[in-house]
Amino acid sequence: MIEISDGPLDPEALTARVRRNSNGAVVTFLGTTRDSTDGRSVLHLEYEAYRPMADRKLAEVADEMRKRWGVEDVAIAHRLGRLEIADVSLVVAVASPHRADAFAACQYAVDRIKQVVPIWKKEFFQDGEIWVGSEREHHLAGS
Amino acid sequence: MAGVSQLKVEVRLFASYRERAGTARLDLDLPDGSTIADAAAKLLQAHPAITNDPTRLVVAVNQEYQEHDHPLQDGDEVALIPPVSGGSR
Repeated sequence: MIEISDGPLDPEALTARVRRNSNGAVVTFLGTTRDSTDGRSVLHLEYEAYRPMADRKLAEVADEMRKRWGVEDVAIAHRLGRLEIADVSLVVAVASPHRADAFAACQYAVDRIKQVVPIWKKEFFQDGEIWVGSEREHHLAGS
Repeated sequence: MAGVSQLKVEVRLFASYRERAGTARLDLDLPDGSTIADAAAKLLQAHPAITNDPTRLVVAVNQEYQEHDHPLQDGDEVALIPPVSGGSR
C-alpha cells in the first residue's frame, strides 16, 4: 500500500495494515521532523513532490522489497506540504514471518526512497531557508 | 518553419531548480533528433542559474529517469530532478 498525503500520517493504522497471522515480525520506521540541522534551529519544513512519478517510484521500491526479501505486506506513506517539528514525514511498515527480512527490507526502503523518489525537503530557519541536497542556500536577507 | 522539423517538449522544474529559474513549467522548441543534453543546453542558456554543471543534471522523460543521450520526441515531458535527499539522515 502506497500513499502520498497532504495531511497527517497515521503510523498505527499503517502498521495495522501489514499485520497478519502468518507474520511473526513487524518493523515500522517513522521519519520525523528534527528541530535542528548543523546546530541551527529549524522552524518548520516543507516537502514537495513530482507526482505521479513519486507515487510510481514508491511502488517500485515496494516491488524491490518483495523481490529481494519476499515480503508481501508493505505500507509506505509520505507526507507533503508544511510540517512542524516532530511531525511524521515518512512511514515504512513491513511485516514478515521472521524478523531479519522485515528489518533488512525496511532499512533498504528508507535508503532507496531517498535515492530515487522525487520528493524534496526545504528547511526553514530564523535567518534563511534551504532545499536539502542543494548546494546553495537562499538567505532571506539576500533575496 | 521552411521544412525544418521541430519538436516541442514541456520542461518541469522542481524545488531549488524551480526557484532559481522562477518558473515551474516552460515549453522548449528543439530541432528534430535532439537529446536530453541538447534540451538541457538550451534551457540553461535561458536560465543559467539552475546549475553550473549540466553534465550532472538528473533528468526524467515522461516520468522515467533517462541518460543524457536519450532522444526526445514531440510532446515529451522533461523533468529536471534536483538532488533528492529528504527525510532523516
